[in-house]
Amino acid sequence: MAAAKLEVVRTRQEPESELHAELARKFLYYMGLMREVEDRIERKLYRQGKIVGGVYVGRGQEAIPVGSGLAARPDDVLFPSHRDLALYLIRGLTPGQIFAQYMGRMDGLTAGREGNMHMGDLKKGLVSIISAMAASIPVAAGAAMALKYQGKDNIAWVYFGDGASSRGDWHEGINFATVQKLPLVLLCNNNQYAYSTPLSKQMACANVADRAPGYNMPAEIVDGNDVFAVHEAAQRAAAHARAGLGPYLIECKTFRMTGHSAHDPADYVPKRMFEEWAGMCPIARLEQRMEENGWAAREEIDETRAKIRREADAAIEWAEQSPYPDPSTLLDRVYES
Amino acid sequence: MQATYVEAIRQGIWEEMERDPNVFLIGEDIGVYGGAFKVTQGMLDHFGERRVVDTPIAESAIVGAAIGASFMGLRPVAEMQFADFISCGFDQIVNFAAKCRYRWNAPVPIVVRAPCGGGIHGGPYHSQQNEAWFTHTPGLKVVLPATAKDAKGLIKSAIRDNDPVIFYEHKALYRRIKEDLPEGDYTVPIGKANIHREGKDMTIVTYSAMVYVAEEVAQLMEKEGVSIEIVDLRTLTPLDEETILTSVRKTSKVIVLHEANLTGGFGGEIAARITEKAFESLDGPVLRIAAPDTPVPYSPPLEKAYLPDAQKLLEKVRWLAEY
Repeated sequence: MAAAKLEVVRTRQEPESELHAELARKFLYYMGLMREVEDRIERKLYRQGKIVGGVYVGRGQEAIPVGSGLAARPDDVLFPSHRDLALYLIRGLTPGQIFAQYMGRMDGLTAGREGNMHMGDLKKGLVSIISAMAASIPVAAGAAMALKYQGKDNIAWVYFGDGASSRGDWHEGINFATVQKLPLVLLCNNNQYAYSTPLSKQMACANVADRAPGYNMPAEIVDGNDVFAVHEAAQRAAAHARAGLGPYLIECKTFRMTGHSAHDPADYVPKRMFEEWAGMCPIARLEQRMEENGWAAREEIDETRAKIRREADAAIEWAEQSPYPDPSTLLDRVYES
Repeated sequence: MQATYVEAIRQGIWEEMERDPNVFLIGEDIGVYGGAFKVTQGMLDHFGERRVVDTPIAESAIVGAAIGASFMGLRPVAEMQFADFISCGFDQIVNFAAKCRYRWNAPVPIVVRAPCGGGIHGGPYHSQQNEAWFTHTPGLKVVLPATAKDAKGLIKSAIRDNDPVIFYEHKALYRRIKEDLPEGDYTVPIGKANIHREGKDMTIVTYSAMVYVAEEVAQLMEKEGVSIEIVDLRTLTPLDEETILTSVRKTSKVIVLHEANLTGGFGGEIAARITEKAFESLDGPVLRIAAPDTPVPYSPPLEKAYLPDAQKLLEKVRWLAEY
């Protein structure tokens, strides 16, 4: 490959088509479901004391896991960050399982061993994050290496935030993956804050993508609140990785429309930023586009929302019936036997 | 056929790679160079670049990539050039590999090989015996063979094991010992101690290179009429407590010996378990012999003063024998 160049790809307005309408409906469902499930988690169950541990949501960032997750093949391996709930939904986990996970119940993905987004399911190609940011990147590189080793054409997708790019694991993992030309897509949700630390104190360059040329890796920057833009970039990245050309970085510019976690009021974020970004809500933008292009009528959109709310109601009811783990199982599963 | 400790490990890895196409090696300078200690010599030529992966200097990437590959069904054997540099891959080992099975039921069948130990004038960064970092982390298996036979049998078990194994190879043993190895495919179980020498008057619980220090002292004491039993732990976690307690109940006196420094060393754990579970059998205090709480010094007189040796052990053995 020649010297890497930094591509900035802007969203373009595509012509109306039934294919787009179909995709838009899927986008709307998963983005809406992620928003609803996380609203219930952060604003209901957490405040009701039914979730006792940390809560980290991706409000305002839903276009990133949805746009990319629907570009991934079902046999690709995903390494979600803690703000990518939709990836789990796309892979077929139910909202009930997610609520049970957050509430520490047996029907969560970890049977109460873990909380919140610290969950995975290898059978569904979902690898659990650990709390140390960017630690998933070398691990995803290893999974990509294994896929190449096995002669398969599926690829690995790893997700992280802007703050993660400050850690050594980010650089070690990407350096290794680029040297080995591994089939890996790197998806950055640049939401401009790492907990309370703004980008300017996180890095001296303007973009996370600016780091890519040093690894001879292609990178592009997209509007992370435009689900079609994310989806198209993800398809380009996947085609690159699948063709054996090595890793590919997508930086999605977005904004975290909440604190770092449910206990964080985010007083350090200037109010005008929340106001500004509220006007760029990825779900509202998609709905508007669907209406404008005649892909869906308002009634249909409202019905989708109502369906999602009913689904969430039923899921919470189900999850609350799920038992807590038996304390006698405390010592189980440290080793295989 | 006779083989050195390094040759035994090499044979073990080689045989496992022949047996299982999912086994592959990853580490620094393990390919063309054959590894800093030549454990992987000849493997690149025989197995090819796909299965012998030379990496950048990036221990976290090495361990992390091994974990990720293991999720996809491979059996990675990662080499740390020296056990000292395992600290650079620490988070991947203690937070990722160790906890995946417990957290979300994802097995991590990896082996992290770590050439360890002093006595080779390696100084503070090429001599450490840092197993206690990992014995304090649930989910890891920590293995430290002392003999060539065990080294081969245990590396094969480690590669077949479905949990992450930290495999400590003592550098001073690589070319110092030579033994007859059993013919054909054999394994040595992880989690099972070995009675290295039988005795009736005193037990020395030890592992890795210190087994030979204990052996030297046991031979000397035999002439003085004191019969010493040596328990070679071979695996620290999961610990074979039963073999330790059985020996202590027989001899009633015990010394715990290791090369790592004293405070927070695994010897403290062994001593505590013996006093908790075999107190009524003891005829004297449980003694510990370990390196002092300093980094490993370089200069020969300092390093000699640092390492536990026969002279230091003999002094305590005699004291305890007369107690």
